[in-house]
Amino acid sequence: MGKLWVGPLLLAAALAAVGADRDIVPVYETKADLSPNNKVDEIVFATLKQKGIQPAYLCSDSVFIRRAYLDVIGILPTPQEVTQFLKDTDPAKRRVLIDRLLERDEFADYWANKWSDLLRVKAEFPINLWPNAAQAYHRWILASIRDNKPYDQFVRELLTESGSNFRVPPVNFYRAVQSKQPQTIAQTVALTLMGVRAEKWPKERLEGMAGFFSRIGYKETGEWKEEIVFFDPTKPPAKAVFPDGTPARIAPDQDPREVFANWLISPKNPWFTRNIVNRVWCWLLGRGIIHEPDDIRPDNPPQIPELLSYLERELISAKYDLKHLYRLILNSKVYQLSSIPRSDSEEAAAYFAYYPVRRLDAEVLIDALCQVTGTTEKYSSAIPEPFTYIPDGQRSVSLPDGSISSPFLELFGRPPRDTGLEAERNNRISAAQRLHLLNSSHIQRKLDQGPKLQYLLRNAKNPQGMVTGLYLLILSRFPTDQEWKAFVEYSQSGASTGRNAVMDLAWALINSTEFLYRH
Amino acid sequence: MWEKMDAMDTEKGLTRRETIHWGLAGVAALMAARRASAAKPAKAKSVIQIWMWGGPSHLDTFDPKPDAGNDYTGPLNNPIATNVDGIRIGELLPLLAKQADKYSIIRSMTHGINAHETASYMVQTGRPAGGRDVYPSVGAVVSLFKGYNAGYKGLIPPYIVLTEPQGRFSEAGFLGSRYKPFATGGDPAQTRFAVEGVVAPGISDQRQRARRDLLQRVDALANVLKSNPQVRSAKEAEEQAYELILGDAGKVFDLSQEKDEVRERYGRNTFGQSCLVARRLVERGVPYITINYKGWDTHKDHFPIMRRKLPELDKGMSALIQDLSDRGLLESTIIWWSGEFGRTPRVLWEAPWNGGRGHYGPVFSAVVAGGGFKGGHVVGASDAKGEEVKDRPVYPVDLIASMYELLGINSDGRLPHPMGQLALVLPTESEGVKMAGPLKEIM
Repeated sequence: MGKLWVGPLLLAAALAAVGADRDIVPVYETKADLSPNNKVDEIVFATLKQKGIQPAYLCSDSVFIRRAYLDVIGILPTPQEVTQFLKDTDPAKRRVLIDRLLERDEFADYWANKWSDLLRVKAEFPINLWPNAAQAYHRWILASIRDNKPYDQFVRELLTESGSNFRVPPVNFYRAVQSKQPQTIAQTVALTLMGVRAEKWPKERLEGMAGFFSRIGYKETGEWKEEIVFFDPTKPPAKAVFPDGTPARIAPDQDPREVFANWLISPKNPWFTRNIVNRVWCWLLGRGIIHEPDDIRPDNPPQIPELLSYLERELISAKYDLKHLYRLILNSKVYQLSSIPRSDSEEAAAYFAYYPVRRLDAEVLIDALCQVTGTTEKYSSAIPEPFTYIPDGQRSVSLPDGSISSPFLELFGRPPRDTGLEAERNNRISAAQRLHLLNSSHIQRKLDQGPKLQYLLRNAKNPQGMVTGLYLLILSRFPTDQEWKAFVEYSQSGASTGRNAVMDLAWALINSTEFLYRH
Repeated sequence: MWEKMDAMDTEKGLTRRETIHWGLAGVAALMAARRASAAKPAKAKSVIQIWMWGGPSHLDTFDPKPDAGNDYTGPLNNPIATNVDGIRIGELLPLLAKQADKYSIIRSMTHGINAHETASYMVQTGRPAGGRDVYPSVGAVVSLFKGYNAGYKGLIPPYIVLTEPQGRFSEAGFLGSRYKPFATGGDPAQTRFAVEGVVAPGISDQRQRARRDLLQRVDALANVLKSNPQVRSAKEAEEQAYELILGDAGKVFDLSQEKDEVRERYGRNTFGQSCLVARRLVERGVPYITINYKGWDTHKDHFPIMRRKLPELDKGMSALIQDLSDRGLLESTIIWWSGEFGRTPRVLWEAPWNGGRGHYGPVFSAVVAGGGFKGGHVVGASDAKGEEVKDRPVYPVDLIASMYELLGINSDGRLPHPMGQLALVLPTESEGVKMAGPLKEIM
């Protein structure tokens, strides 16, 4: 075990953190007051007060910019973006930054990847979309997010379109399923769009819902792997009952999927809006108001019901503009709390009294490593043979197809896109992952040969400039005096000198908790 | 220790409930059920799979057909006697010929598949490819039932592949990334075996230690969030990683600890030294090791390649068997030698092959030794030209079931399926998978 050495300031704070209250940790926190910024804050802070849970301090500007970039667009801010933001004296600068991030192209890339997990966009095994269709489906998802298509319309298109899997991409929804049995489709719809595990329902309810998906036809065309998904009136109609128990009235020539979609996307539907607001909350704050977000049951109630219903009302009145919801949550002080708790309460996490640290997603992590070193990765797909290789320079978050991968993505728990469950993404850190980051030739090569680091080393005016450059590049903040001193001591200790000492600092920073985790 | 990380719940990983639902409890229940009914304790503790990537010729290795004529034997028409009466093997395997009493040859392996991917899947899962699910390979199943969930405590991951993953299909299937093999990378025949992540060439131990100290110093957030369970588990993972990098655990890969004479006996090449590493891993209780031995897809230049590669195989594999036997480890270690299929018995003399052999799934050979398998036997037979099964067909599922029985793994048990569906360790006949039963004659 190495010698533990922390700056006296941080150490004092760490010790204080054990007790009931403590002073701020200046690198990560600010003393700004917690007067509510919006209704989200009013509800959550009132709940915390009532429960006697002390919320964390507000996070510092440097924590905020890094957090917002990672959570909203899945990349790190550049050193220039960081310094500009930190210099900016506009009291509304956090709001301005949020607005700007929501309009970036990377916003669509990042969230299209998220939706591609949930919708299982994958060429083969066990989902069999085939590469062309996976690409088309991903493009459609990406465009929908980029154009900020209202969420209810997005869902309507997923549920009701007919046509070729290559030409009418949302029909792939009915192909990206474990089987094309009406019950399996109903389970998939319930999981994805209602946040419900229909396999736990009484049998009749699942059968009733399956009735809406019993007249879907699939047929091949002359083109290889093209498949038409359509309403097939020659299939006998089945009895269709809405999950709330109301029998559906469907004319014989009417597509039952339309009837179901009309029911589902109505603002009055108890499942539809709740599912999406709870998920978005969970994606940004690491935990659903109902948790897990895709296991909503009467016996799994929301932690703060008022918050959930408020967000639902907001999304409905914004006509399902998801960016409105993002904006509301991101601008709340609840979202902007520090990740260092101020309460020992075991319920602090469930009531959002601090921002939870989470390991970067596999894709975000490798993209960040490429970003800070200026290197690229190789991605390939074994489907079909001969293997497909993706041109250098592609960010992994914008890979269109779950069958396109790399050993790093596999090792770091990228979802296999088999089931569409949120829990498919595995962000538990393992010893094998630690080993890879600490000591693999893959990471070492990125550090040794990364043009961005080379550039920094060549062009910094002095060692201070180098160290500052590394901190801005890798941790999105300036180093503290103690951190500077730590480096000076290290470079004088004889263990490693000159360029090696700087490279060792870069190595240590990319292996630090601050880099590997959202915080 | 690695299982601790895996079992640790974090908010975006599996929830406790799901972990229980999908895996741990199910596995525990299975183990309990099997213990209750298990008549025989497991004989085998580890498996060394020598995977002949690409498909080795059965005629030129363990099923010679000297009477089939030149169009079948090519120049290799002079099989040699072994130390077991009546068993002859290919002439390029003289060292293995002296050890035939320690292994058994199955000459009637069959599945009829001639494509690499689907045949690899069949041989290592017992199931035909193309179903809704991707099933886990034998290695992943063994690491499920004999790894951390079953009390394995080693720092070395329970499923190792030397040196590269097969790449034909996902070894872990629906069990997920946790059951994937740890691929060592590097080359054990080099002066220093640079196991990916364990050994970083060009970085001295001294600098490793200094860097580690530096990391402790600059890891400011970890120092403020010491009590956070995520940060704690990350630090534990880090310590385990360093046990491999700097501690004794990683020394298992350090072949300089072996005498030169031993290293020579195994052969100073990647395969031979991989066999030596495999023995060292078995000594430390690692339950499953795959030696991914490439280069057997010999469509062209077949015979020159055989003359080059078979002596390498002969040396490494015979040294491994002898060494395990000398150390008393053969009784508890299964060696499984097989490719995804055999090769066409009739030599393709015509262009563009000019003396090659193609893919051949109708009949091929496998070899098993140790872990409760008897040596000195031949199971089944191919016909006079090695083209069809003549006697006692053995399907991949039969061989796998036999290994599972020796390992104490219940083939009828359930695998944890991500959607909670019924998935058995091995298929039953009612699933339409051909089978002829375990290899009772050599168990």
